[in-house]
Amino acid sequence: MAHPNDDSAAVRVRGLVKRYGDLVAVNGLDLDIANGECFGLLGPNGAGKTTTVEILEGLLPCDAGDVTILGRTWRDGRKLRQRIGIALQETHLADRLTVHETVTMFRSFFDRGRTPDQVIALVGLEDKRDAWVVKLSGGQRQRLAIACALVGDPELLFLDEPTTGLDPQSRRRLWDVVSDFRGQGRSCILTTHYMEEAERLCDRVAIIDHGRIIAQGTPTHLIGQLGGTQVVEFRASPDVDEVFCRSLPGVSGISRFQQRWRLTVVALNRTVPALVDALRDRGADLADLTTHQASLEDVFIALTGRALRGDA
Amino acid sequence: MSPLGHLILARLREFYREPAALFWTYGFPTLLALALGLAFRGGDGRATPIAVIEGPFASERAAVLAQDPGLSVRTVSPRDVDSLFLGGGIVLAVGADPALEYRFDDTHPESEAVRRRVDDHLQRAAGRIDPLPTRDRPVTAPGSRYIDFLIPGLIGMNIMSSSMWGIGYTIVEARKRRLLKRLAATPMRHGDFLLSFILARLIFLATEVAILLAFAVLVFDVVVQGSWLWIAALSVAGAMAFAGLAMLAASRTQSTETVSGLMNLIMLPMWVLSGVFFASSHFPDWMQPMIKPLPLTLLNDAMRAVINEGATSAQVALPFAVLSVGAALTRVVAVRVFRWN
Repeated sequence: MAHPNDDSAAVRVRGLVKRYGDLVAVNGLDLDIANGECFGLLGPNGAGKTTTVEILEGLLPCDAGDVTILGRTWRDGRKLRQRIGIALQETHLADRLTVHETVTMFRSFFDRGRTPDQVIALVGLEDKRDAWVVKLSGGQRQRLAIACALVGDPELLFLDEPTTGLDPQSRRRLWDVVSDFRGQGRSCILTTHYMEEAERLCDRVAIIDHGRIIAQGTPTHLIGQLGGTQVVEFRASPDVDEVFCRSLPGVSGISRFQQRWRLTVVALNRTVPALVDALRDRGADLADLTTHQASLEDVFIALTGRALRGDA
Repeated sequence: MSPLGHLILARLREFYREPAALFWTYGFPTLLALALGLAFRGGDGRATPIAVIEGPFASERAAVLAQDPGLSVRTVSPRDVDSLFLGGGIVLAVGADPALEYRFDDTHPESEAVRRRVDDHLQRAAGRIDPLPTRDRPVTAPGSRYIDFLIPGLIGMNIMSSSMWGIGYTIVEARKRRLLKRLAATPMRHGDFLLSFILARLIFLATEVAILLAFAVLVFDVVVQGSWLWIAALSVAGAMAFAGLAMLAASRTQSTETVSGLMNLIMLPMWVLSGVFFASSHFPDWMQPMIKPLPLTLLNDAMRAVINEGATSAQVALPFAVLSVGAALTRVVAVRVFRWN
């Protein structure tokens, strides 16, 4: 009864809908993730990322749609659980168990897997092996959570905002762990609102907003759709209009964001001097000018007119 | 080791690594038994303080009463009497008039007894002849002291509170920390998780009851009249009944504050009504049908009957059965409505 291609898919989702009262958290979402792929779900807080992931993890029922994980549905729950690893967005493991005791307990739930010491070494917690969980730092706890997700040697790994709130060093460490996992040909789904994380770890990403996928593809492909590889942001006083921006050479995209103009350009050395000259000709001051390499953040702003992170 | 074994191990470690849990489970009931046992120990030879109010008969009456070593007599001026009563300095005052007047708190059984005793002394000294000669032979019957009454009640209360807090609070906290959800995301059998609480509870229960009983036997010479097997069986049935109630209270509750309130609501009436510190027969008759079926009343009455009266199996089989059925029913419902997130 299964489609022959299903076996090669880590995740297949069709028409997923989840409502909380009047709020539609997930609004008709389709998703295909191939075996061996690392896939990122990006979006601002409240976009429906966690809800989607928890439905995929079999922890939340959906209101409509079909979900197939590793060729099975959640009707087959326990067998499927043997093959996936999960790190929830936030879990406080028992305070007064040690790292090793915690991982050992999680290992006991799986029929097969790695030894607790192997995964503890994998996430770099060897010297905290016998420390109580309550004594660990935020980054160490997060690595412990990933160790618990990896101890069953999963074929598919779910990570919900694995590095939110971590310092840069802990974040890089976790990235190494995920890269290793991916290097073994396993599949991985992660949600994040850090663009750098998605660009670094994911083969493909989907940008989610208001419970829908608004763009999907490799990070390079999505950035390429902006039509340029550089972004110029500026503010002028008195302000200029869109016609002015369009008259500049080499501009492929224009958006307005927080009282600043944002231009996607092919080459900075063509556009920036022209911008400076044109403003001087009008007698306007350049109040503020920044440029950066186009990123997924720019893709999101171009698509929605909003920043991904609430604080941006 | 099996997943269930690991879960039980986690329960045990979480417990013995938490000093507060250790204190409330083992230290507190023992201290309570010690304090109450010392305060209400009978036959300690301490004389009962009474007063004779100053007046023409005072010295004569005081001399008569002073011959009783069980009384400590002092002569006081009329205006000091009230303040002595208030401070608990005396339990009875003998009036100064020719006709005997006794002042005492008639709601207090001890005062009533002292009144009769003092009256006998004074009447006999005044020439009353009792038709029959009397002789007192004090008996401290095993099982009749206050500490004997108290210990089974404390065991019952401890079984109740440690089962309720140890299970109810811990489960809700795990839910609040999303640990339940995390466990539900593994292939762990859901039944194993709840079973680990029950089995760990039985291990704690054995030590809890043993420590309190050993303390009672060694320090207060409490004598266990009935079968130790019945003490164990009643302890298990009681613990399971309260474990079921705790799981029910915790099955969907999201906050530890709510579950604490809920459990206190369940436990508080039983602390007062179920005969922990004083017999539930003190409550009026119309309340008895409500008090008798409370799980703690069933447990305390049965435990008291076994420890103090050596009750037979036939006498405690019914409360045992009721507690066991209650344990099974609450558990079935709790498992059915249980939420993992």
